[in-house]
Amino acid sequence: MSDGSIDLKAEARAKAYAMPLEDINLADTEMWRTDTAWPYFERLRSEDPVHLHPAHHHPDGAFWSITRYTDIMAVDTNHEVFSSEPSITIFDPKEDFKLPMFIAMDPPKHDVQRKIVSPIVSPANLHLMEPLIRSRIQSTLDSLPIGEPFDWVDKVSIELTTQMLATLFDFPWEDRRKLTRWSDIATAGPESGLFVTDDHETERRMELFACVDYFTRLWNERVNAPPKGDLISMLAHGEATRNMDRMEYLGNLLLLIVGGNDTTRNTMTGSILAMNENPDQLRKLQANPDLIPSMVSETIRWQTPLSNMRRTATRDFELGGKLIKKGDKVLIWYASGNRDETAIENPNAYIIDRERPRNHLSFGFGIHRCVGNRLAELQLKILWEEILPRFPEIRIVEGPHRVASVLIRGYSSMQVVIPVRT
Amino acid sequence: MAKITYVEHNGTKHVVDVKPGLSVMEGAVKNNIPGIDADCGGACACATCHVYVDEAWRDKTGERSTMEVSMLDFAEGVKPNSRLACQIKVSDALDGLIVQMPESQH
Ligand code: HEM
Ligand code: FES
Repeated sequence: MSDGSIDLKAEARAKAYAMPLEDINLADTEMWRTDTAWPYFERLRSEDPVHLHPAHHHPDGAFWSITRYTDIMAVDTNHEVFSSEPSITIFDPKEDFKLPMFIAMDPPKHDVQRKIVSPIVSPANLHLMEPLIRSRIQSTLDSLPIGEPFDWVDKVSIELTTQMLATLFDFPWEDRRKLTRWSDIATAGPESGLFVTDDHETERRMELFACVDYFTRLWNERVNAPPKGDLISMLAHGEATRNMDRMEYLGNLLLLIVGGNDTTRNTMTGSILAMNENPDQLRKLQANPDLIPSMVSETIRWQTPLSNMRRTATRDFELGGKLIKKGDKVLIWYASGNRDETAIENPNAYIIDRERPRNHLSFGFGIHRCVGNRLAELQLKILWEEILPRFPEIRIVEGPHRVASVLIRGYSSMQVVIPVRT
Repeated sequence: MAKITYVEHNGTKHVVDVKPGLSVMEGAVKNNIPGIDADCGGACACATCHVYVDEAWRDKTGERSTMEVSMLDFAEGVKPNSRLACQIKVSDALDGLIVQMPESQH
């Protein structure tokens, strides 16, 4: 490629190995916008796999970076020592704006709330939803322009995941793009460009209050009606959730909106990018569509839509010869574990028929393992089952542009052209 | 070698010899038996190796560990004889073991 991206990577690699270890800052959003974290991870995995970043690397202070597959697994499965409270992101919760959600709770509260939500994404329920998901994906693909550039992120990835969310919530269809907006707002930092004033925190809160007001109307409708299979109805009638206060309702809504939206959306875009960078893999898939499920898992590994999760140590704990102190903040970097050459063969390559494509870290492991993993896989599987017979090629003509986020590995836009439809 | 019978949800039977020391999950994966995903590779961290142990074999396959209990808590269709196959170690004493797979792994 001669688009300069390789140069940027070579430059980042040289820099990664030249700088003192203690200067490596994985919380630098610029590193994520430019997709240049890889050589730093490679170096940390081999030289300092349990690494302490100094306090000045992030506004919320010092943090550990765990970069090897097996160490990440060890932390993720030890929820007694590595708590998901008070937050699962590098940011500490704001004292005056706490959003309780079960992804950031420990047992027993986590367990009860998770069990309310998980039936909606059970294999049996997904089976029932499949025809509807498929018909919506078909009409979205059928409406795409042929021979002229358009933004894949907006027209396909956002549209499809937003439709899916609207279906799960039984959300008013014509208002569904509000869901996209709330998802973006919930995770947006100052550099996102989503805010009009400098006081982005006030703006964010106002929009999120509008979100909870809207959903409270839906709640009130459903709590007074017989229970049905959508998420709001399940929460409104669920033993463990029906007495949630406003902030807890908002927290759990945002968990589902962000969890079900950004991650799947960015994997949809990532799948097109991966195929553009690896045309041999696309030909392999076209020759053998039975590889779709395996290709979906490989794409989720390769993309790693959430780069990390944060844990907080509940007591002193020794890991990899280092002493993690009670109260310390620990980031487990799925993005790095998924590129760990000691756990995954040839990890930097995108190989759709890998031997064990499901053995990746992108959904996390242990009691918080992604509840929506089957739904995400199903959407991607159907998307590709419907792309293959329609479009022999989806060519990237500009971008992708990546979001500047330490948590979300994603894309804000990517212009493509579909030359012909078969 | 221990002879293990894996029964798919649709009733299809797979009878294979598994080396003592391996787990019941590994016995299935190494023989390409469908119905066990084993996403975490045997770390008791995903619950995608859920099986039902035939009643006659429940005592011999032992007790669930605490971690196994908490992972099974989030699996679909859990019954008293549910186990995570990666947590059952194959030995000569399990020669003849029969396990059934659930409809799907979540
Ligand atoms: C490719 C798409 C997705 C990826 C990569 C992903 C990733 C993750 C990760 C890394 C976790 C935390 C695991 C841990 O802490 O160990 C998680 C949890 C969660 N995800 Fe997903 N997710 C995806 C799609 C979805 C979808 C579609 C939904 C919605 C239905 C969803 C809902 C959730 C929920 C509710 C949790 C919290 C589970 C708990 O704390 O017990 N996710 N996801
Ligand atoms: S293989 Fe993951 S729990 Fe058994």
